[in-house]
Amino acid sequence: MSLLEVENLTTYYKLKEGYVRACENVNLKLEKGEALGLVGESASGKTTAALSLVKLLPDNAEVRAGKISIEGRDISRAMEDELRRIRWKEIAIIFQGAMNALNPVRRVGDQIVEALRIHEKMPEKEACLRTAELFEQVEIDPDRVREYPHEFSGGMRQRVMIAMAVACNPKIVIGDEPTTALDVMVQAQVLQLLEKLRRELQMGMILITHDLSVVGETCDRVAVMYAGRIVETGPTEKVFENPAHPYTRALIAAFPNIEGKRYLAQSIPGNPPNLLNPPAGCRFHERCSQIIGPCSEKDPTAVEVSTGHMASCHLLGRL
Amino acid sequence: MDINNRGDEQLELLKVSNLEVHFAARQGFLSSLLNKQPKQVRAVDGLDFSIRKGEILCLAGESGSGKTTTGKAILRLVEPTGGEVCFKGEDVIAFNRQRLRRFRQEAQIIFQDPYESLNPRQTVFSTVAEPLEVNRICKNNEQIEERVIEALTDAGLSNPQELFLRYPHELSGGQRQRLAIAGALVVKPDFIMADEPVSMLDLSIRAGILKLMVDLRDQKGISYLFITHDLSLAWLVSDRIAIMYLGKIVELGSADTVIRQPLHPYTRALVSVIPVLKRVMPSDKKLLQGETPDPVNIPTGCRFHPRCPEAQSRCREEEPLYREVMPGHYGACHFI
Amino acid sequence: MPSSVYSKDNLRLLKKNLRSFWDIYRQNTMGLIGLCILCFFTLLAFLGPRLVDVTTYVVDGVTQTMHPPVSGYWLGTDNLGRDILAGVVIGTQVSLLVGVAAATISMTIGTVIGIVAGFYGKLADKLLMRFTDVFLVIPWLPLVLAMAALLGPSLGNIIFVIGITSWAGTARIIRSQTLSVKERPYVERARAIGSSGTHIMLRHILPNVFPLIYANTILVAAIAILSETTLSFLGMGDPTRISWGMMLHYAYEMGAVISRAWWWLLPPGICVVLVVLGFTFIGFALDEVLNPKLRRRDR
Repeated sequence: MSLLEVENLTTYYKLKEGYVRACENVNLKLEKGEALGLVGESASGKTTAALSLVKLLPDNAEVRAGKISIEGRDISRAMEDELRRIRWKEIAIIFQGAMNALNPVRRVGDQIVEALRIHEKMPEKEACLRTAELFEQVEIDPDRVREYPHEFSGGMRQRVMIAMAVACNPKIVIGDEPTTALDVMVQAQVLQLLEKLRRELQMGMILITHDLSVVGETCDRVAVMYAGRIVETGPTEKVFENPAHPYTRALIAAFPNIEGKRYLAQSIPGNPPNLLNPPAGCRFHERCSQIIGPCSEKDPTAVEVSTGHMASCHLLGRL
Repeated sequence: MDINNRGDEQLELLKVSNLEVHFAARQGFLSSLLNKQPKQVRAVDGLDFSIRKGEILCLAGESGSGKTTTGKAILRLVEPTGGEVCFKGEDVIAFNRQRLRRFRQEAQIIFQDPYESLNPRQTVFSTVAEPLEVNRICKNNEQIEERVIEALTDAGLSNPQELFLRYPHELSGGQRQRLAIAGALVVKPDFIMADEPVSMLDLSIRAGILKLMVDLRDQKGISYLFITHDLSLAWLVSDRIAIMYLGKIVELGSADTVIRQPLHPYTRALVSVIPVLKRVMPSDKKLLQGETPDPVNIPTGCRFHPRCPEAQSRCREEEPLYREVMPGHYGACHFI
Repeated sequence: MPSSVYSKDNLRLLKKNLRSFWDIYRQNTMGLIGLCILCFFTLLAFLGPRLVDVTTYVVDGVTQTMHPPVSGYWLGTDNLGRDILAGVVIGTQVSLLVGVAAATISMTIGTVIGIVAGFYGKLADKLLMRFTDVFLVIPWLPLVLAMAALLGPSLGNIIFVIGITSWAGTARIIRSQTLSVKERPYVERARAIGSSGTHIMLRHILPNVFPLIYANTILVAAIAILSETTLSFLGMGDPTRISWGMMLHYAYEMGAVISRAWWWLLPPGICVVLVVLGFTFIGFALDEVLNPKLRRRDR
């Protein structure tokens, strides 16, 4: 039994022009203590997929289908009350740019203490102790709990948000571009911290990112999304060394590798399709350099390339 | 496509010496009541470098290093408080209004965010035609239209006429940045300052924009000052790289030597965290502690010493000299 | 090659802009109600005199005075035997004219002062804003009354007085928006291509504060109509032109309240309320349509 299992998750956004098919038939699996990278470019549906798990979506979103289970317990039909319990205690989220979400006129420590008291019903003293402990866990001097957010740098504030996320020992942490707005050096520090926490607390982690290197450096498995669908998934090393889908191949080729030759890769021609009216067949076929007959007609099915490494491409079926 | 160093050794297009941009720090209400002297922000604190004709020089550093301010000071979008900027042998800081206007056609700028750097209420045509109209470069409307079409085509936008009446929000991210580039190209500049031109774009369209910029250098001999925080990008497109820390250049050299044989401890740390597509042993990363300090309180001596893993007592007291360590490779550290 | 990107295509552009504007605007119920109200009154102003016999708004000594509504005199008559319906129709023209003209004056002053102060900053900003503050803090009604009394009661003067006293709030709003727009990278880009200050203000700042100007003009028009009504009601109106305020003034003076002549008081009163409501609805709707941050998500 996996920690998290997602089957056929489909979420649409309703607009007056019709439905935006933001994420369709997404299947994910996460084991205890494992890190999964969900990568894709902007508007590929990666955030929608992850936020659909806990139904933290805008009002016009509709989760059409999908079975979500945590340790075998189905939560896809959970009501708002139950979801509220699940969020934070079982699935915690670190949002993009979350470091700006701290209230600027209240002490950083007080904000965590308050959250613990309200959500965890923790007595004040215990909450204070726990806050200090959390600060230590995210490598901030616990004496700084009495400072205000503006006295913290961007990286420190992101650490505070991470502390907040792991405060209730969640089983799963979802990081939505947790390092995007940070400097390279700070980004490396924060990623290392997340890695350390995952080991210590044995959490499952889903990292949503557009940055392949974040996945390469921290995730055990990767799922590549394109235009609302997962096109390839598998152990990170296998996928990166041996990409099976043309899209993944192009993405990896476009990544500058300082250990290789100085070379400007070809960019993928065209733009991602409009998800209001996506093309028939494989969503990537309009930009793909290797299309064959069925690409523009039939949806490709996932093919197992090697153990645990799946890709959805018609080319693979023919081999 | 392989990128070689094609900078022409003889022709120095732009020479910056001892450039300084200081401004008064914003004061709190209380301290202004108490009539305290405003503190100085030393955003750019003495820079020396030059850009040859047809060269791409990359200015890399973390946020707060002063790289963007440097770029703006060169174009006099921010007034430098000291030092010299020479463009084609002329002193840019001494330019009068008329000469400055002409300079603005010779030196152009491309901004980071193609969503913010284009006027949302200006059509594609009017965005590209504007520099021509402002500077009265063309005699008539036909000529303007010709130049606009040429610039859009050069920027890699096919069927430019169909785009004329579109608004920026009707274009994709890549198209927008190409439009911004067309807006710079239309006046046929010799020099473009590109401030993080691809950092907001998806990986799959990044390469196209970078390739376009390099191609323009190859075909039209345009020189670039390429500002980025991403060292792997810097290495990919530029001929030479300058690493900035807290308003100063700590290292400058050819792209390959700076990345492959970095001299300065700061560069070494930055290079060690350049992302690669595989798991890296944490011990291989030279993570620096803390973050870049505020340019209001610049440390004494070597400004990097509080974070430097190799700092010694000399670093606290004596500011290292920026000198040529090896031919064409400059650095500012006592121990290189 | 088409030679006239400038003339022919501008027309196409205008059409395109209008179409996309209308596509969003028509989803706004409040805006549509406001638009209907205003269309009705505009038609009334232009076509009213052809549909209703406005010559009945005269003192002929024949028509019965103070008569409640009857056939022929659908809204009754006043103390001099004048047809109230005819009065309301004539008053529409005056009220709309005052609203639009005064709002235009006020917007022009407010926009110019706001943009110039915001764009140049420093001393220009300080001087212009202190000047604006003066107009903001002076109690409005006494100032208007004093000016109207000084200039004499003609329609032109009333428009001028209302226009000149109601721009201060607009100037403040436009200035703050200018301050934010001028920090955008595209303004910096405009500087980098050598544009002059005037060019930047006209080409980059004005179009981007325009949504605010639209919405504000409409709201100021509502206030202007109300001001004209107030002035006329207080007897400062143009005695040669009949407006709704003037009708209310006469009705009040001639004891319509005491004699319970509701047909004399209500029609002009309701008209004022409706027109002001119409303008306000449109103003709010425009604000919502042109300001994407306020736009609600479709459900």
